[in-house]
Amino acid sequence: MIKVVDLYKSFGSLEVLRGITNEIHKKEVVCVIGPSGSGKSTFLRCLNLLEMPTSGQVYIDGVSFMDKKNDINKLREKVGMVFQQFNLFPHKTVMENITLAPVKVKGVGKDEAREKAIQLLRKVGLPDKDYEYPNKLSGGQKQRVAIARALAMDPEIMLFDEPTSALDPEMVGEVLQVMKQLVEEGMTMVVVTHEMGFAREVGDRILFMDEGIIAEENTPAELFQNPQNPRTQSFLSKVL
Amino acid sequence: MSKLVEVINKLAAGVFIVIMEIVTKLSDEIYFNLIRDDRYLYFVKGLGVSIQLTFYAALIGGAIGILVALARLTNNKVIKVIAEKYIDITRGTPVVVQLLIIYFAIFASTKIPRVVIASIAFGINSGAYVAELIRAGIQAVDKGQMEAARSLGLSYSQAMYHIIMPQAIKNILPGMGNEVISLWKETAIAGFIGLEDLMRGAEIVRARTFSNYTPYLVIALIYFYITALMTMILGKMERRLRKSD
Repeated sequence: MIKVVDLYKSFGSLEVLRGITNEIHKKEVVCVIGPSGSGKSTFLRCLNLLEMPTSGQVYIDGVSFMDKKNDINKLREKVGMVFQQFNLFPHKTVMENITLAPVKVKGVGKDEAREKAIQLLRKVGLPDKDYEYPNKLSGGQKQRVAIARALAMDPEIMLFDEPTSALDPEMVGEVLQVMKQLVEEGMTMVVVTHEMGFAREVGDRILFMDEGIIAEENTPAELFQNPQNPRTQSFLSKVL
Repeated sequence: MSKLVEVINKLAAGVFIVIMEIVTKLSDEIYFNLIRDDRYLYFVKGLGVSIQLTFYAALIGGAIGILVALARLTNNKVIKVIAEKYIDITRGTPVVVQLLIIYFAIFASTKIPRVVIASIAFGINSGAYVAELIRAGIQAVDKGQMEAARSLGLSYSQAMYHIIMPQAIKNILPGMGNEVISLWKETAIAGFIGLEDLMRGAEIVRARTFSNYTPYLVIALIYFYITALMTMILGKMERRLRKSD
């Protein structure tokens, strides 16, 4: 579904990604873990070209994301993204946040987009918040709206960039709950996370990143119980 | 006792005379500077010219400002450098000099009305300041907003229009108000190219009446009250924008 080949990314002289090759399959849930500064977020952001890789290839459904001939906006429609800082549009209501992209990008009718938004809000457990502005919502509510906003574009894959890291502890659960629901519905997901419990429970595959490469990858059971790479061992011993 | 009354009477008479003098002087000033030969028309017409200049210059400046701000934010090096140079040069030279160069050098042999030329000159000058205001206002919007918009499939210009600009306007508006207010006062140099604006109106009247300060006092009041009016309108607009917070 998404394939990256030999991905490199540098910021000036700082090499953040140093050759990543991997493939995420349909309906797969991949969790990316690793110490901070290991390039997890950069890797995720390269998957929808929010960061332009220095070299390498990103394919979505076999179509190159990097090829200038292909419409990057069209490809991004297939990839939903949820950010650590939510990034809701503060000048728009929850409803407008959700319906903006379907209406403006996909040309969906306003009424249809609204109906869909109401369904999505019900799904994330916020059925009565449609006319609130984001600043009236708690962090957990904001993140759930952000998930609904991404889902409104009917993405084929969802990227989560540390979705619970900016939340107060008591709100982490409600967001993870919504994400678990997505997993059950068979959404393809890549999740950068520090929630090891979540990764272990719902991940089909764990990527452990360190110093810009995927240092180890395995099923959660194997990787958490029986890490092979000494760096994975040392990381897990610190966080578990 | 009668002596005291006498003193008070004399004093009262003195005060009365002084007041009469002032009143006479004042009415003379008003008569000669405003009423005689319909001289008030110089102020009224001048006010019209000044307002016109400010209005058109603000429009031109705003348009230039938006374009130049976007030019400064692009990745195209050539366009970026041109925009930066324009801002440097415009901010680095006096408006009067720019006005005279544009009038005498660039539009020297054209039949374009002076009001238009002056509007263009002031607009070009103001554009540089507006561009910087807009650029700063756009850059103050959280980077995540553009990323979220792009991740949803919006193009750069759609994201700018629907997401970034509406938020940037709140940052830009107060500075923009100041810019229009300084523009309004800067137009007082339009007389340099022979435009009969408010300032020039006062000078013409002074040349007729030899009043040293009355014409200037009159236009100072006019400039002041128009500025106060603009400040009030801007305050209302800002309060309105803040409501959605």
